Amino acid sequence: MSKQDLIHPELADVHVVEDSQDLTRSDVILKGALAAGAVYGVGMVGPFVKRALAMSEGGDIEILNFALTLEYLEAKFYEEAKKRAKPNRELTELIDLIAEDEKQHVEALTATVKQLGGKPVAEPKFDFPYSDAAGFLKLAETFEDTGVSAYNGAAPSIKSKDVLASAGAIVQVEARHAAAIRLQNKQEPAPEAFDSPLDEAQVLKAVEPFIA
Amino acid sequence: MPETGSAVSRRKFMALTGGSATMAAVLAACGDDSGTTTTTTSQGGTSGGDETAQFGKGDIGILNYALTLEYLETAFYADVAKSGLFKGADLATIKKFGSEEAEHVAALTAAVKQLGGKPAKEPKAEFPLDDAKSVLELAGTVENLGAAAYLGQAGNIKDPKVLASALAIHSVEGRHAAALNTLLGESITPDGAFAKLADVKTVLKSVEPFIVA
Repeated sequence: MSKQDLIHPELADVHVVEDSQDLTRSDVILKGALAAGAVYGVGMVGPFVKRALAMSEGGDIEILNFALTLEYLEAKFYEEAKKRAKPNRELTELIDLIAEDEKQHVEALTATVKQLGGKPVAEPKFDFPYSDAAGFLKLAETFEDTGVSAYNGAAPSIKSKDVLASAGAIVQVEARHAAAIRLQNKQEPAPEAFDSPLDEAQVLKAVEPFIA
Repeated sequence: MPETGSAVSRRKFMALTGGSATMAAVLAACGDDSGTTTTTTSQGGTSGGDETAQFGKGDIGILNYALTLEYLETAFYADVAKSGLFKGADLATIKKFGSEEAEHVAALTAAVKQLGGKPAKEPKAEFPLDDAKSVLELAGTVENLGAAAYLGQAGNIKDPKVLASALAIHSVEGRHAAALNTLLGESITPDGAFAKLADVKTVLKSVEPFIVA
């Protein structure tokens, strides 16, 4: 801790961000998870933290398992939406298409984890708070945009070129979903010139509220 | 500790993934345009890791290849915006996409310089601007190809920061492609759940007709 921190305790947050490069990945994940716990209740984050921490130690298998958790969430979300979102015909077509893609992503990631000698993570229980198509679409936008940034954040850490190629093939499809969902919401399909990466802690924070 | 991805040779990985139709499809999609061969590598083409050598060495060559494509996209959208073929929301979309491509040009130019390379020159290009429908179709083709081109290079990039930048652009190209496909009434994911990549040869052959100098 520098003198500056002591003199200006109000800068502590800023310094945590600056110092984060020196922290281990475990520290960063824990910090994010604790922040999520502070907002959503500590009891909630337990199992998820354990999984995320395991990821920071192990490389491609753990990254794939992290991605698998996000794909579980999306697959379940769209599967449920077929009935729950009360979609009109146009939206039904889009939901069907995306649900099928997410299902295939779950299958591919599960298979890849196994083939690399790892154990696929179990599917968490999810809880999606919405009651109509508009609420569904708002959540969908969050999930797809988060998914894109999660893959973009994790991909540079992937060691195997084959795993990287697969992650790339998936993230582009997530980006396409994001654009289509945003168009449904009358939003810019590509609001920024660059899809900024999110780290694990940020992704955790974004999806934690939906894990039951 | 089981063998991790980095330790698994490509051959072994292919053998391992042979049992999964889905992953086999992904890996086949990582081959050439025909998508029927598994002899091509996930590195994006048939010539190994240095298909962009004509644009420079290593990451600089890849960045300059991307820069050349972004120059073409920027010029295309600028010409389309000036053509008078589009108004209102469609024109706004075209201008927005064009400005994002221009940002990609700026970022890639800066990245090449940071690596000590010389940025590729802007090619002179002409595009057929006959009517709104054919222009939108061309835009869709260009964006889908652009996204596939980035995907084709991801595995060849050495510097993780360059990879992170390329990925941040890649998904935006995917967004553009899906938005245009929506406008055209086409599938947002024409390749299905796993996007296909395009190798350098295929991409350059596709854009060649538009380059005049």
